Amino acid sequence: MNARFEPLSAQSRLSLRARVAAATGHGPRWLFGAERQLQLDEALAGTVLPQASIMHDKIVVLRFASQLANALALLELDGIASQIVLCPPDVQGAMLAQICTQARADFVVSDGAMADEAGLEATIVELAADFTARLAPTLPAIDTKWLLLTSGTTGAPKLVAHSLPGLTGAIISQGADFDIVWATFYDTRRYGGLQMLLRALLAGGSMVFSQAEEPVGAFLTRLARHGVTHLAGTPSHWRRALMSAEIKSLKPRYLRLSGEIADQSVLNALRAAFPDVPVGHAYASTEAGVGFEVTDGLEGFPASFLERVGPVEMRVQNGTLRIRSQRTASHYIGAGALADDEGFVDTGDLVEARGGRYYFLGRASGIINVGGLKVHPEEIEAVLNGVAGVQLSRVKARKSPITGAIVVAEIVAADPASAGPALKATILAAAQAALPAYKVPALIQFVAQLPMTRGGKLERAHA
Amino acid sequence: MDVKQTVADCIEQVAKAQNKVIPAISDQLVLLESGLDSLCFAIVVATLEDELGVDPFATSEDVHFPVTFLDFVRLYERAL
Repeated sequence: MNARFEPLSAQSRLSLRARVAAATGHGPRWLFGAERQLQLDEALAGTVLPQASIMHDKIVVLRFASQLANALALLELDGIASQIVLCPPDVQGAMLAQICTQARADFVVSDGAMADEAGLEATIVELAADFTARLAPTLPAIDTKWLLLTSGTTGAPKLVAHSLPGLTGAIISQGADFDIVWATFYDTRRYGGLQMLLRALLAGGSMVFSQAEEPVGAFLTRLARHGVTHLAGTPSHWRRALMSAEIKSLKPRYLRLSGEIADQSVLNALRAAFPDVPVGHAYASTEAGVGFEVTDGLEGFPASFLERVGPVEMRVQNGTLRIRSQRTASHYIGAGALADDEGFVDTGDLVEARGGRYYFLGRASGIINVGGLKVHPEEIEAVLNGVAGVQLSRVKARKSPITGAIVVAEIVAADPASAGPALKATILAAAQAALPAYKVPALIQFVAQLPMTRGGKLERAHA
Repeated sequence: MDVKQTVADCIEQVAKAQNKVIPAISDQLVLLESGLDSLCFAIVVATLEDELGVDPFATSEDVHFPVTFLDFVRLYERAL
């Protein structure tokens, strides 16, 4: 491997807390949750809890209901724990137990969010919902690995390891601009949202956190109240926000899209809603890190990006975009290699060159992206195929201007005469009982047969 | 063909299939306050594309996203 792509040395490692402390002192900075708010200075102060030294050099899973509390825990544990695992709110029950096993977790730290503790091999540490205190201020800083969840090809979440220098590699100091108020529609436990949190902490400014199940109108109202200036989300988030009257109350200075293909219509709609505000769409993924940002208001990216010299190198091979940089994840936990021999990570995103520009076509693997949530056709087919009266099913994506894609199903009925509204209702009910809403086929169509490959596999149209 | 009625029927059917309770549909009904989420709207738009043969979101690059039910119907009336 080229020496330039060796990880930064552990000696150069400063903890997140130390880096945030270095960026404060220029005026009040706030963390705004739906339930409480506190000044960053308060978060950096505090007293030592008895839990202090026990997490030193240990593997700690963060399972918080509150994103604000999770951010405080990150400030506490980076540099203390050997590994921290960030869990979005949907991680609970059996999935949490599985992640603890996979990560070989010593502790699960929570703010009362633990619903089902069955099967957990780690020690659970419950913090008060309003905790601000420091856990372990005096221990020597170590090079904490940050583990983030992604979706693997089997549908089970995979853990990918990042370093703090890699996660923050794309963050450029905004100078002394501490008037910035950041917010994101994403959850800050996922890669895209975490990028925004780290920007807020390290590049100056304050941060407003979203809350699970919060209606978009209520979130936008809070954003307006806190004077949000920098706002990020997926194209699906933005389409939804654009349908809300409250968006008119925002006075942003910068808008950002990432996590899904930003098509021209959503870029144009944002420009129409905020004519003078710069709109950037970024390419980033949990595995490949932050790749690049496009600021010319057009979908896709200039082909010249492939020729650029800098911290991120890009190439297109077999139709998919590949990225090499220090911002990519270092490895999967307990799974296969992440990068090829030359250090390039295959993003799995198909691109096509047209007229000096590359355009995204979709996922190479056939994973369906419904509003930023990944759906594996095989998992849904397994449910549908289990319904009495269904002989075979095929699940595929249908392009949607609202959520990017929706899930549709083709069904071969066991008895052709039974293909009708009653069987359709049975299939829908079974899918709704077994799957979250975004995986339930939005449209169900009966077909006489489904094509097979020569190998006897269901033929799939790759995106 | 009454586009408004077709759209209203479609919204009601999708809401029922998705187990969502929605208020009576009126011109001024704010779509995001109707109880339908993004996924429901995606299904409504796909279903209407099959029924009416147009997808106003996909065919125009300069769609202004609708706030009320009437805005939504007008998008379709203009596209047809």
